[in-house]
Amino acid sequence: MFKDIEHLIRLAVVIAILLAVFVLLRAAVVPKSFGEYGHYRGTAIAEIAARTPAFAGHDVCEACHTDVVDQKRLGRHANVPCEACHGAQGKHADDPSSVKPQLPDTAVICARCHEANSAKPKGFPQVVSADHSGGLACNTCHKPHRPKIEDEKETKAANTKPAGGKK
Amino acid sequence: MDITRRRLLILLPAAAVAWKYVQAGTPEVSPNYKMTEHWWGMLIDIPKCIGCGSCVRACSEENDVPDGYFRTWIERYHVSDWKIERPEVESPDGGKQGFPPNEISDGKNFFVPKLCNHCADSPCTQVCPVGATFVSPDGVVLVDKNYCLGCRYCVQACPYGCRFINPKTNTAEKCSLCYHRITKGLTTACCEVCPTGARQLSDLKNPKDPIHEFLRTHNVQVLKPHMATGAKVFYNGMDGSVR
Repeated sequence: MFKDIEHLIRLAVVIAILLAVFVLLRAAVVPKSFGEYGHYRGTAIAEIAARTPAFAGHDVCEACHTDVVDQKRLGRHANVPCEACHGAQGKHADDPSSVKPQLPDTAVICARCHEANSAKPKGFPQVVSADHSGGLACNTCHKPHRPKIEDEKETKAANTKPAGGKK
Repeated sequence: MDITRRRLLILLPAAAVAWKYVQAGTPEVSPNYKMTEHWWGMLIDIPKCIGCGSCVRACSEENDVPDGYFRTWIERYHVSDWKIERPEVESPDGGKQGFPPNEISDGKNFFVPKLCNHCADSPCTQVCPVGATFVSPDGVVLVDKNYCLGCRYCVQACPYGCRFINPKTNTAEKCSLCYHRITKGLTTACCEVCPTGARQLSDLKNPKDPIHEFLRTHNVQVLKPHMATGAKVFYNGMDGSVR
């Protein structure tokens, strides 16, 4: 029927070889999990999730530092999470004895939240630190975990008897 | 070594079994976490934001974000009474060190924290030519940095300007909603350190999440709703001038 059929066979063989090369290359190059959930590598999700967190979370801090939790609960900083001021403490939480955190500088850290700014919500306690303390570190007067000074006066007044004088 | 028919018949299945282990990839790290049970988003309460920059600092520490680049940042808006259409927006160093005192006292002044909106119909994942960025089954837009070519299509496509090219790796980078934390039952670094609770991670598939009650009872918006991106970062008390 066909006069020169071997031409067609040769062509078919070449096409078949190219097709086989394509299929093999594709199988070798495309990751196995590609398309598992969509048009991406499915294992990428587990790879991204595998990283170690740097911030431990306040639940971990509160498990050991119960004295600080008791102090904080009484004041306005009750809901301020530990690592907001103390920074990432995941390493300290993993190995508390050898990794010791640095104490934050109150002159810097307090001002970030409490320096007066017209964009801050009106009810939020704000000071102009130059007028308020003249550059003194905030923890000269305030206890960072329970910042209101009146609280301490009240507790002191309750503990010590008034030494005469005006009532 | 001569490969006899008998040997080949033993070797072939053994090789097949070995190959399966090679291709299996990294095992699931959080065995108790089921992707299908979550749909992540975030709630941002603008009247609570004090612009302290804790979130920006925490994000860069948690995710090793290079200096001058931001996965989350804070903008300070100044809207004067007669220029509502043209607010003045500033974000010195992304708000990382807080904001200098604002001299102008007229009009409205407020802070707007920004981050990836983890859009359900995200424009950035649709333009990726290689499938290196995607919406995960639990609704987080992620980047596969081992697959990214650094072609920058996604950086241009994001209407919120949330993506950048990491100068060290030359691949696209963005907020991952701290995927390595939320899959371990923690909240994101930014939500963890927010001193006023202005940011809250929300699981929209969890019926007990307070987000549902909040969305019912507050006037909540998303950024650029006209772009129909399906953004899942909800802003409470947001001024109409915010872009």
